[in-house]
Amino acid sequence: MENIVQQDISIRFENITKTFGSVIANEKITFDVYRGEILSLLGENGSGKTTLMNMLSGIYFPDEGQIYINGKKVTIASPMDAFKHKIGMVHQHFKLIDVFTCLENIVLGIADKEKANKNNARKAIKELCDRYGFEINLDKKVYDLSVSEKQTLEILKTLYREAEILILDEPTAVLTPIEIRKLFSVLSNMRKDGKTIIIITHKLNEVMEISDRVAVLRKGQYIDTVKTSQTSEAQLTEMMVGKKIVLDIGRTEPKNMEDRLFVEHLTLTDKDGTKVLDDVNFIARSGEILGIAGIAGSGQRELLEAIAGVKPGYKGDVIFNRPKKNLPVSFFHKTYREVVNMAKKGAFHYENGTPVDFTGMSSKKIKELVNAEKIIFNENEIYNLRNLNPRTIRELGVRLSFVPEDRLGMGLVGNMDLVDNMMLRSYRKGKGIAVNRKKPEALAEEIVHELDVVTPNLHTPVRKLSGGNVQKVLVGREISSSPKVLMAAYPVRGLDINSSYLIYNLLDKEKQDGSAVIFVGEDLDVLLALCDRILVMCEGKVSGIVDARTTTKEEVGLLMTKKNEDEEETGGESND
Amino acid sequence: MAVLSSLPGVITLSVVFLFGCIGETISEKAGNLNLGIPGIMCFGVVGGTLGSLIYMRLIYPVMPVTANAFGLVEFISYALLILLGIVFSFAFGAIGGLIYSFLTTTLKANQNVTGLAITTFGAGIGDFFMSLLRSGDGFDLCERVGKIYGFHLTNATLSDKGLIYDDANWHMGFISSNNPVANIFSQPSLVYICFILAIVVFIVLNKTRIGLSLRAVGENPATADAAGINTDKYRYLATIVGCGIAGIGGLFYLIKSQGSWDGTYELQSYGWMTLALVIFTIWNPLIAIAGSILFAFLYSIPSYLNVDMVTGMFLTLTPYIVTVVVLIFTSIFGKKNVLPPGSLGVNYFREER
Repeated sequence: MENIVQQDISIRFENITKTFGSVIANEKITFDVYRGEILSLLGENGSGKTTLMNMLSGIYFPDEGQIYINGKKVTIASPMDAFKHKIGMVHQHFKLIDVFTCLENIVLGIADKEKANKNNARKAIKELCDRYGFEINLDKKVYDLSVSEKQTLEILKTLYREAEILILDEPTAVLTPIEIRKLFSVLSNMRKDGKTIIIITHKLNEVMEISDRVAVLRKGQYIDTVKTSQTSEAQLTEMMVGKKIVLDIGRTEPKNMEDRLFVEHLTLTDKDGTKVLDDVNFIARSGEILGIAGIAGSGQRELLEAIAGVKPGYKGDVIFNRPKKNLPVSFFHKTYREVVNMAKKGAFHYENGTPVDFTGMSSKKIKELVNAEKIIFNENEIYNLRNLNPRTIRELGVRLSFVPEDRLGMGLVGNMDLVDNMMLRSYRKGKGIAVNRKKPEALAEEIVHELDVVTPNLHTPVRKLSGGNVQKVLVGREISSSPKVLMAAYPVRGLDINSSYLIYNLLDKEKQDGSAVIFVGEDLDVLLALCDRILVMCEGKVSGIVDARTTTKEEVGLLMTKKNEDEEETGGESND
Repeated sequence: MAVLSSLPGVITLSVVFLFGCIGETISEKAGNLNLGIPGIMCFGVVGGTLGSLIYMRLIYPVMPVTANAFGLVEFISYALLILLGIVFSFAFGAIGGLIYSFLTTTLKANQNVTGLAITTFGAGIGDFFMSLLRSGDGFDLCERVGKIYGFHLTNATLSDKGLIYDDANWHMGFISSNNPVANIFSQPSLVYICFILAIVVFIVLNKTRIGLSLRAVGENPATADAAGINTDKYRYLATIVGCGIAGIGGLFYLIKSQGSWDGTYELQSYGWMTLALVIFTIWNPLIAIAGSILFAFLYSIPSYLNVDMVTGMFLTLTPYIVTVVVLIFTSIFGKKNVLPPGSLGVNYFREER
């Protein structure tokens, strides 16, 4: 097969340069793509993969350089031009219109009257579906579709426009393992048909599995193209990152474990009456990382949101054992009466655990007693989070950092700068009417410095930062508050390798500092390497809690699909 | 009986709303939230007045229309009257739309701010030109304007209120009697044009490719752009045509008030009512027909009923309350297809990151 593809050049990029303000997104990129091959475009976040492909699909226009299609010079100034050259792109954030049906989305914008006719389109699409193995209901509205169906629709859209060159931007990011399988088989069919396919990705295992060749970009520059059969993941990583990096999460042993959060019989029913969470029970302990694994949409998000108070109205309890102090007694700024009253509630105890009762003692006597014996002041507070509002829960130290698919959707305001975004979490503190910007500014500076956030300055609107950098800000802000319970959902979603490991290490550091960390992840390898225990969810139920140090990927994968035994493949296997 | 005899008046008022509503619906379906509609309607009034002035000065003296005779000459004269009025009010409204589109679509100015600016601007223009056109000196100005357009105005005699349509016989010759129900059918021809327009706009928006593209631009311009639709063109055209139609609403306001003019105040409040009506009718021109009649009914019923002022004021308030209730219901129970266009009020810039 390699011999066939060698001769036929489908696309040639020549000295393509694109800048956004002072940022150089692509610099003098030159390489070829052959007809009938699947080429992976590999690179870290912000390396300019999507920008380059957007120039091929007419979204951006190159500042310099020339694109050749089938050997001819072309100018692609708009998406319309791209169609003329039979280029179709499936964007990472799907370009579909929610309130239209699938069919309407497909014929949208087609100038040819014959082709735009819905009846003609219906027939032609059916043929396409049979040929490549798609399944789709054309009369469904897009808002009723699953993510994978939306992707199918996007691909069909390009195929119906007779695309010969198909670009897919991060196609597997939001798919389940089974759906990825399906997608790959479709792509293989299309390759057999002589179509040119470019996949933008940074998942190495998928690169190895599907592509014929790999082109690597690094920081806007083209590094090289290699044949997949003649390379390895390690080599690709090196090309991508520039220096050899050690892919090792330094997991520390948990210490000072204390039961921190008790989730008991938590059941949540959504609007339609289906149970998104079904009798969830677990304990999160301080000083350890509890991983949550499961196929996307198994209730992970809802679970965290319920704990954080964002989704109230559940049945069951979330008991938060909040350590306030565990210190030798000091009577500093406490009155005698207060001390006695606290003692009645069991706030003081000897080292062996028996509580002390100060009733009837004089102030002097108490002081003597305290000085003589080693009395510990322990004022754990027990809260049932079910009865509290999100703000109170946050202030108690239960923090949720959720990274949604579009990153900006939750927790950051795109038009505000870094400092103001820091303030979103703290503006209620402080006295007076005017806000105090000094502390948030210091915090923003610290995060930028510590996490290596690439930004022109602290007052750049967050939406202008690249995705990875936005995420660092989001996670950094939550961690900075040194929470008692830190819930991080998909904190590395879409991040490159370096940034991901930075985040993993931050989580591990939080654990050492005594937080109870709950980590929801997508990558099983990471879950196994980072966490102490892994809770596996399946369709809203806890299908098992395993020790991350002794379990295997197969075991977790099996638990992930425990309920749907009719499914042939398990999530664990296809993640290999 | 009071209700019955109010019906013709209600329908006349509803047409002012309906023109504005159709225009704004087209604009909003393409994603442009044009809060300038009250001002646009004032533009339309100026245009309509100018059109009628030209008719009065040029055509009426040659081809007079009387109440009793209705022959070929009268028909042509009458048709020209409608045409001139429509063309000028449409054109003036469209100019307002052009300003709005240039600011929001080309210069990417904030839509709400631009819309409000157009409203105040239009009101000012309306007050200024209408007082000019109606004052004694106004004739000179009209002559000058007329000459710009290449017309030579003659010194035809005019009644003191003669600038406005009440001098011409407007009725198309449908049943005209003392029966209030029958009188509903004896409306100015613009009423029927308006109802037909609502149906046509509905069909264009929902059943044609142009409508599909237009709605796509309003729902998600990035998607429409990637599908090869010229988003700027659609937003420009939708807003300009929409504003033109709303401008005709301004013209009809003059007809409805039979030439009496007391500043732009009332027309502006109709314009705001129109914006509420668009929401009330969930962006559907067919529902807008019924909605505008309902609004007009609620709005004008106090003047037909023998109620005290406070009750009357409360009744005129009801359309707004009804709109809020509709908003509450569609927000809570609504499916996605009764919600506002996805990118309503948001400008689109392709290379934005």
